Amino acid sequence: MSEAVGATRTIYERSREGRRAFAPPVLDVPDVPVADLLPKGAIRRTPAELPEVSEPEIVRHYNTLSKKNFDLDTGFYPLGSCTMKHNPKLHERVAALPGHARLHPLQDPERAQGALELMWRLQGALGEIAGLPHVSLQPSAGSHGELAGLLLTRAYHEDRGQERHKVLTPDTAHGTNPATVTMAGYEVVKVGTAPDGGVDVDDLREKATEDVACLMLTNPNTLGLFDRNIREIASIVHGVGGTLYYDGANLNAVMGISRPGDMGFDIVHFNLHKTFTQPHGGGGPGSGPIAVSDRIEPFLPRPQIVRREGSNGSADAWFDLDHERPKSIGRLRGFHGNFGVFVRSYAYICSLGADGLREASEMAVLNANYLKALLGREGIAEHLPLAFDRHCMHEFVLSGTGAKEKLGIKTLDIAKRLLDHEVHPPTVYFPLLVDEALMIEPTETEPKERLDHFAAAVRAILEEAAEDPEVARHAPYSTPVRRLDEAGAAKRPVVRQPVP
Amino acid sequence: MSRYTSATDADRREMLDAIGVGSLDEIFESEIPEEVRLRRPLDLPPGMAEQDVNDHLGKLAARNTHCDDEVSFLGAGMYDHYVPALIDSIITRSEFLTPYTPYQPEISQGGLQVMFEFQTAISELTGLPVSNASMYEGPSSVASAGYLAKLETKRRRFVISRGVHPHSRETLATYAAGFGSEVVETPLDDAGATDVEALAAAVDDDTAAVFVQQPNFLGTVEDLGPLVEAGKCTGALVVCAADPLPLGILEPPGSFGVDVCVGEGQSLGNRLDFGGPSFGFFAAQERYIRKMPGRIAGETVDAEGRRGFVLTLQTREQHIRREKATHNICTSQALNALAGVIYLSWLGKRGVVELAELMLRRTHYARETLGLERINPGPVVREFAVRVPDLDGLFARARDAGINPGYRLGRDYPEYEDGLLVAITERRTKTQIDQLAALCTKGSDPLSVGDSRGLTP
Repeated sequence: MSEAVGATRTIYERSREGRRAFAPPVLDVPDVPVADLLPKGAIRRTPAELPEVSEPEIVRHYNTLSKKNFDLDTGFYPLGSCTMKHNPKLHERVAALPGHARLHPLQDPERAQGALELMWRLQGALGEIAGLPHVSLQPSAGSHGELAGLLLTRAYHEDRGQERHKVLTPDTAHGTNPATVTMAGYEVVKVGTAPDGGVDVDDLREKATEDVACLMLTNPNTLGLFDRNIREIASIVHGVGGTLYYDGANLNAVMGISRPGDMGFDIVHFNLHKTFTQPHGGGGPGSGPIAVSDRIEPFLPRPQIVRREGSNGSADAWFDLDHERPKSIGRLRGFHGNFGVFVRSYAYICSLGADGLREASEMAVLNANYLKALLGREGIAEHLPLAFDRHCMHEFVLSGTGAKEKLGIKTLDIAKRLLDHEVHPPTVYFPLLVDEALMIEPTETEPKERLDHFAAAVRAILEEAAEDPEVARHAPYSTPVRRLDEAGAAKRPVVRQPVP
Repeated sequence: MSRYTSATDADRREMLDAIGVGSLDEIFESEIPEEVRLRRPLDLPPGMAEQDVNDHLGKLAARNTHCDDEVSFLGAGMYDHYVPALIDSIITRSEFLTPYTPYQPEISQGGLQVMFEFQTAISELTGLPVSNASMYEGPSSVASAGYLAKLETKRRRFVISRGVHPHSRETLATYAAGFGSEVVETPLDDAGATDVEALAAAVDDDTAAVFVQQPNFLGTVEDLGPLVEAGKCTGALVVCAADPLPLGILEPPGSFGVDVCVGEGQSLGNRLDFGGPSFGFFAAQERYIRKMPGRIAGETVDAEGRRGFVLTLQTREQHIRREKATHNICTSQALNALAGVIYLSWLGKRGVVELAELMLRRTHYARETLGLERINPGPVVREFAVRVPDLDGLFARARDAGINPGYRLGRDYPEYEDGLLVAITERRTKTQIDQLAALCTKGSDPLSVGDSRGLTP
């Protein structure tokens, strides 16, 4: 069998009638005909066309597919805003313990004390890191945390008898922010960016009216810059009665250094899959807990994990699920959140402790500024100028305008050519504010040599383009497939295997 | 040097020189205003050696009673199914475990093809032509179907059967409060099935969507035909939440003409994990493909004409359309969906029928054998509800016998205060069912007095 053919076959195309991997358990109850147990109209007429494949071939199929993925355990992955830091191997082991992995979510709390204590401890640690005392672990991802934050904002205002309609987001915001605003029934009002890369405070002052429910902000922002006016921004928004929402996508820059609660934020979400090492899994699972201030606390989703003091003189505290929360916005999902992620993030916090978390953020900032310095040298900087020339936090943004104008290669071409250098490209074309943007986040777990290699690769691509821009324009060359026709895919969508 | 980093003192000096600063503090002091800098260490314990973290987590885990410690008839949305070993072997491969979303398709063909295969399997199970690459989990997928219906119809009401999972009903209400929709709940009939007349009466011209579940929360096999008809009479969308495994033998929601089928995917090769992470699925009629939430993988060709896969129809999504996106969801649950598609490949076309039939037969056997008053006396699969005269006593006796009898319905359904929901999977053998039945029988003997201590604080 030719691998060139085999490698692109789907599991359905490997199917042969009669093959199987599954052997059913023995039928130990009466063999009653299905027709006696189900009404005729409810019985499936045509079987679901699932593949018929033996176990060895299933394993080969997915192993073959895995080899067509680039992954963090293999190489440098400076994808801005995604915090692709090392995923410690211990975490997979402890998450797989049967006491975690085989625990039913509806187990009586009395018999799930270890899990509830872990969640309670994680809540406490996240609250301390955020500088906001009340935590709900329930949201499933950052975007889910954002939705929770705006629903909390709505509940808070309504509780005070106020109906507000607008949410402010800076023009540098992640796409999820404005999308969440719409989904939560609010109207987006964009706030501009000042020449130093922070929020345009004058524009904010003008747009901050009594109809503003909330300002959603990332700090450091998506340019990797810390907004020095944050206290003033907070006081403007609080001055008109709005809440301040902190998008925690960039929290990896400031653990133990600066806390959203101390900056004046009311609601924060964490991306446990970014800052707290849950493996990204090819796009999920994630987890997006939120921390909130006292005034938002009554509205948190239910149930909440609580610690109850021992009764009847017993000294032993115990942990419980509190459903009795009359002002709660309600559930955001089933059960208690992505517990398997909590185990990994809690293990991470235990491993690093207070000092280690701070040092992780410090190293993230050191690595980002070092790589920024390497890419700011002659031969690179004129083609990829910095969008905003300040010290950055954990990431920074370059503009590919120079390369486009002087070398005739776009940011997309640079990204594709980087694939041939065996590194993952940065986030490209975001933030939208910067033309031909490259957003680079190396994270703290990369050694200096990886950063040196990346800078050398960028330099080599630019030098090569000066000789012959066609090379980059048609890259990549060494990957399992070449550039793919995305427009064609969207025009005539083929989103499932045709089954005969 | 802290854990997982690697800068030596020499590295640091060289890097700071390259940056042109004397110390890292110089950066923080110039960029972060004094008044928002934390002037003390975080109030957290010091870091621990790996072996100590390992032991600490092991001790916490040991304080949980899990599904190998007892014979568990708990279900109600997540189920104790056997997860075959090949799933562990494949999903722990770093090439699946550690990449991010496949934004660079040339180096993500593995993940993208998995999504394409997943979409095909979900499409087959649900009987609907298009599926996305997965959602967070079940109940939020139900709520997301509501948002799609709101966008599609511009109407303001949702009608939802009381047979839909309580967490899904509550999540829909939470989401609906944001975008200003009203949720109306309709009752179950005396047989624990959705009351079709009450549902039909609740649907009006402002109804965006009608929600039912198959099998419903009590395990009742719903008669979907009349429910879909009742839902559609004013042009509302019909959304069916479904448990994917019984669809091996149940006529799929798609063939009754539902618009959207969503559900919780845990039962497909995912761990219980105390409730997550798992995945949700979202399948729909073709006409909704440009409004669906979430990632969708599509087939295409590369510059040399070779077959390949990409994320497609991204103009629905937040990173392109921002406030005009059809949903705010950013990612799929790729790793969990991978476990799902491996599981379905392992079961295969015949296995999914065999497994569902085994569950069906054991469910009916268990209901017969327990001999208790039935809340839903009609056809059931994987779960059924009964009234237990001495529920507290049963739980106390069962605990001593190492059995968890199931889910107490009282919190979610006050009308079934004495109700017990019993879940059956391929792991619950006849012997175990007979043991549970013996405990139930014992309870009906007036001479046997059980411990009346409740389990749910």
